[in-house]
Amino acid sequence: MLTPEGLRQRSDLLRAIRLYFFERDYIEVDTPLRLPVLIPESNLVPFASEDCFLHTSPELCMKRLLARGCSRIFQICHCFRKEEHGRLHQSEFTLLEWYHKGWNYFDLMGQCEELLCTLVHQCSNASGTSPSGQLRWRDRWITVTPPWDRMTVAEAFERYAGMDVNEVLRAGNFDEILVTAIEPRLGQERPTFLYDYPVELGSLARRSQKNPAVAERFELYIAGVELANGFSELVDPQEQRLRFLREMEMLHVMGKEAALPEKFLAELPLIGEAAGIALGVDRLCMLLRGETDISAATPFIFEEL
Amino acid sequence: MYTASDLRKGLKIQIDGEPYIVTEFDFSKPGKGQALYRTKMRNMITGVQFTQTYRSNDKFDRPNLEERNMQFLYAQDDEYHFMDTASFEQIFLTKEQLGDNLSFLIDNMEVQVLFFGDRPIDITLPTFVNLEVTVADPWAKGDTSGSDTKPVTVQTGFQLQVPPFVEQGDKIQIDTRTGTYITRVKE
Repeated sequence: MLTPEGLRQRSDLLRAIRLYFFERDYIEVDTPLRLPVLIPESNLVPFASEDCFLHTSPELCMKRLLARGCSRIFQICHCFRKEEHGRLHQSEFTLLEWYHKGWNYFDLMGQCEELLCTLVHQCSNASGTSPSGQLRWRDRWITVTPPWDRMTVAEAFERYAGMDVNEVLRAGNFDEILVTAIEPRLGQERPTFLYDYPVELGSLARRSQKNPAVAERFELYIAGVELANGFSELVDPQEQRLRFLREMEMLHVMGKEAALPEKFLAELPLIGEAAGIALGVDRLCMLLRGETDISAATPFIFEEL
Repeated sequence: MYTASDLRKGLKIQIDGEPYIVTEFDFSKPGKGQALYRTKMRNMITGVQFTQTYRSNDKFDRPNLEERNMQFLYAQDDEYHFMDTASFEQIFLTKEQLGDNLSFLIDNMEVQVLFFGDRPIDITLPTFVNLEVTVADPWAKGDTSGSDTKPVTVQTGFQLQVPPFVEQGDKIQIDTRTGTYITRVKE
């Protein structure tokens, strides 16, 4: 829960984000929250809303706007994911998502560096920044001046866990090792991009041409906190359909059913090359305020309602 | 049944036929990944602790736990006998099971006994108990040593720090959660 002073800081952050994108010729969109069909994702549990679902991210509708001819769009909206509560999770949370036609995931990484530098400069606690582009977080400084660290997923498993990522995938404990051995080490001195995820962990990301085992997906970490997830968009409807069917199969094993978003698949080829990214606004606000729990960065938490 | 999403600090669950209490809990979920429920648990019978990571589809039985009001009757060897104040049924717990509770337990005290099925496994004392001071140094008026507490022993053998004016034979109120002095009581 935020104090009036904290609410002002959050408001300043939201305004600075909008300003950043307006200055670069993006348009702000506000797509529906209630959708009759969602992107099938085996690890997300949506809330039902009568005969619809509350969206778990604005990805589906925003990509349809790209297909309709928009080239640079952003959105700040609430998203809903059932059964997610913790220090870094609330079932209802605020996401910033943006797309840029003609870009790939490396272009987005560069933009993340620029955007975060701007926001840290403008929106940290007044006493929280030094002139040299540093983020004060708890007992230390994190250098946000580019360039940031970049490491492939395979390198990170090798370096921090001494393991081969493909063996970890076969053993089925990728998430566990990522969370316990790798994430806490990332973004401690400067922000870190983890990139080139195994293709089965990037259902909507384009397969790399250089290495077909990985998808062009990245995650941004600051102070061990996963802050943003971006990728080069997969726009091949046949491959996307197969990836969705695989997710639906995993859902089926869990006793859940999902439908294919046919309108989305039909419009996918109209997008062309594009890259998109989602960034957790509550987590960013938390980091800028030097907090360790997102409940200290939102106007309310559910338990107070 | 509980599912992993019910896990939180303080929840009591049953694993392999034994009751456990969650003592630490952390939810994590990497982007596009699975929800992981990292927990530390204590066996409510043996006290043994362990850590375990659960996933969304893990399920747990609810342990059959019940608290009953009982009165402490007497101790014989290492067995501490209690009586149900409603049914007059008598049971006992061992010295080991009672652990630190013995610092505050006196005859006729009413406590909550926790049962796992038919088996008594733990007790909860009243938050505040009144105990008699059995050993205390006399209050030296005009003591300028600067110390504002002194050690005393109460009837159970428990020792604690109290203000200097507390004397042998006084009854004092103690917080059983912390073992600290609250006030002197007149009875």
